[in-house]
Amino acid sequence: MSDLTTRDLVHPGTAPGEDIHLEIVGDGDFATADMSLSIGPAHPATHGVFRIVLEMDGERVVDARPVIGYMHRGFEKLAEHRDYRQIKALVNRHDWLSGFSNEMGVALAVERMLEMEVPERAQWIRMLLAEWNRILNHLMFVGSFAIELGAITPMFYAFREREDIQHLLESATGGRLHFTYNQVGGLKIDLPKGFLHQSRGLADTVRKRLPDYFDLVLGNDIFQARTKGVGPMPADVALSYGVTGPALHATGVPEDSRVTEPYLKYGDIDVRVPVGENGDSFDRFSCLLNRIEASLDIIDQIHDHIPSGPVNSKLPKMVKAPEGSTYVRTENPLGQLGYWLESDGGRTPWRLKMRTPSFSNVQAIPYLLRGALVPDAVAVLGSVFFVVGDIDR
Amino acid sequence: MIATVSASASAFVGQATSIFALDSYVLSLVLKIAFVVVIFLTVPLVGGYLEHKAMGRMQNRRGPVEAGPFGSLQLVADGIKFIQKEDIIPQAADRWVFSLAPALTLVPVLVIFLVIPLGPGVFAIDLELGLFFALAVGSVGVLGILMGGWASANKFSLIGGLRAGGQLIAYELPLILAAITVAVQAGTLSLVGIVEAQANFLLPGTTINLWYVVPQIVSFGIFFIAALAELSRPPFDMPIADSELVFGYMTEYTGIKFAMYMLAEYAGMIMMSALIVVLFLGGWQPLPGVPLPGCDGTAGIFDCGVVGTLAGVGVTLGKIFAIVFVIVWLRVAYPRLREDQLQRFSWLVLVPLSLANLAAVTIAKVVF
Repeated sequence: MSDLTTRDLVHPGTAPGEDIHLEIVGDGDFATADMSLSIGPAHPATHGVFRIVLEMDGERVVDARPVIGYMHRGFEKLAEHRDYRQIKALVNRHDWLSGFSNEMGVALAVERMLEMEVPERAQWIRMLLAEWNRILNHLMFVGSFAIELGAITPMFYAFREREDIQHLLESATGGRLHFTYNQVGGLKIDLPKGFLHQSRGLADTVRKRLPDYFDLVLGNDIFQARTKGVGPMPADVALSYGVTGPALHATGVPEDSRVTEPYLKYGDIDVRVPVGENGDSFDRFSCLLNRIEASLDIIDQIHDHIPSGPVNSKLPKMVKAPEGSTYVRTENPLGQLGYWLESDGGRTPWRLKMRTPSFSNVQAIPYLLRGALVPDAVAVLGSVFFVVGDIDR
Repeated sequence: MIATVSASASAFVGQATSIFALDSYVLSLVLKIAFVVVIFLTVPLVGGYLEHKAMGRMQNRRGPVEAGPFGSLQLVADGIKFIQKEDIIPQAADRWVFSLAPALTLVPVLVIFLVIPLGPGVFAIDLELGLFFALAVGSVGVLGILMGGWASANKFSLIGGLRAGGQLIAYELPLILAAITVAVQAGTLSLVGIVEAQANFLLPGTTINLWYVVPQIVSFGIFFIAALAELSRPPFDMPIADSELVFGYMTEYTGIKFAMYMLAEYAGMIMMSALIVVLFLGGWQPLPGVPLPGCDGTAGIFDCGVVGTLAGVGVTLGKIFAIVFVIVWLRVAYPRLREDQLQRFSWLVLVPLSLANLAAVTIAKVVF
């Protein structure tokens, strides 16, 4: 005991839940003391500075507390000091894997307040790029979830496709991650020559390679053994936590704002929402993979619809949203993203509140982790699909 | 060990003659030690290079290309880098145990290379209890892992070390039972004797020579799976589990100590592959029933000239690297299992299966 006491003195705990708890339990019973294990802020399973403190009995998780805020960058406040053209370069950074969808949300909100008509072509192109962005995002999670379960290869496969898609998007927008392609009233610039042809070809290529993921990951016996029945989430729990995106679809609720509250031209085309049954890790991942396929279907339809014409509308020198407020929700890759924009008539928003999908999805993690084993905890963390910047903003 | 061997009255008696056995005791001792150390330091590097390149090709990339021709010196460069790194011992760690642990994992693997035959006469010593010796010494390695896990004073290390301990206990049994069935069929525990028995084994009622992988296919499967689990190779790499436990028992290790753990892993991979080759794949016999060039001993695999000996070593190494390739392939294709799934698989499937297999082989041995 004396040895342990010295060690505690030498090496005191620094943060809540990090000190080594040692207590003698029971009187001759075979009871054990709980150990608290701090996963993160820097840990390979959390891909980002996300921290979760686990109270453990052996390898079983008794309680889990997510600690967020390590990556708070104050985007909501920053947005109050940027005019409406500058905000788009801010918002494509909070969820860095869905930059295009984010900036589109802000553009939609401002356009709605200005009651502005956006040219048809711009709307279709926005949809096309948003769907490509969705695939880009999902491929990343296909790879990272597999890595968390110990399979390294899908990540390399995913990056092969990601590289091609980023190359395509770069040819139109100039960016690989932060596209900054939307602007109020349309797009920055029209698509380059031959873009649609390339996009068609790439859609075929990606569709041809998708079975690799279904075989290598989804059909893998060990993958199924690791994820089926792990971290099941009933639909009512998911709804009460505000979980959206693939994690909600896995529970069997097909809530998708592209269908239930269509924006842009999503009402004109057929949007398939893959749903699961049990809401476990396997269903969440399977929804994610199937969403890639669904997005490819949408992309194919968009290719046939894009009209010619202008891609932006004439704007005044200074864009000023009229006094009032609006709320725009879009189906981001990870779930529903909401922007609540309030303006006092000035050149900057008075308030821009973000309702980010990762933030809400992470709230369900303590519920999912209670009673899980440490390896299952990783399978759960990886399958809720969050981006840390999107949690902390 | 060498001292025991020289005492000819002991159970560990040399059987076949090693090519390093000379009249001068000292010179022969030096040669044997040099042989084992050279094999121990070079073959795992080739295995590691094979892993780099094979994984690279399977994953749509090229693997190492810069260090040396085709990147072949990458692992040497890594080794030099590890030696230069600062040797960090955590403040709360148990210094002695922490420093001793990597060596304790490494030495048993080195010692096992003493008994592994790579070709006709190409082994340090042929013990009568060679198989027993290899399996017994191999079990010591986990002690180093447990020590490292405990002494690091890190929770991730501790969980990793305990997982490794649990895994060893669960998979030692099927591993040994699978090896015993081979020994029962061969009628000897000497590794050279088992290779010879395979060269002489004919399918009952015919004159077709077969390796033990055919009659012992169940043992082969069990031994291979159990060996993967013993080595903590994917899909059984839970003790390391980089996405859960950071790096398991190796989390706090840096520099040369970390390199020793890594070398133990790769040398262990070669060692287990070599055991599989010896037990199931006919050792240095190129194909069932095919003699080596220039060999006139039993079944054409003994008393070889220089060419035959070298060819024999080449055949063994080729088979070892083929097994290593399969191990790498599994790593590329599969995620890792969960610890409880692994335990359940061992105690409920592998152990009963290997016991039944042992009984069946014993009965077959009596019948034929």
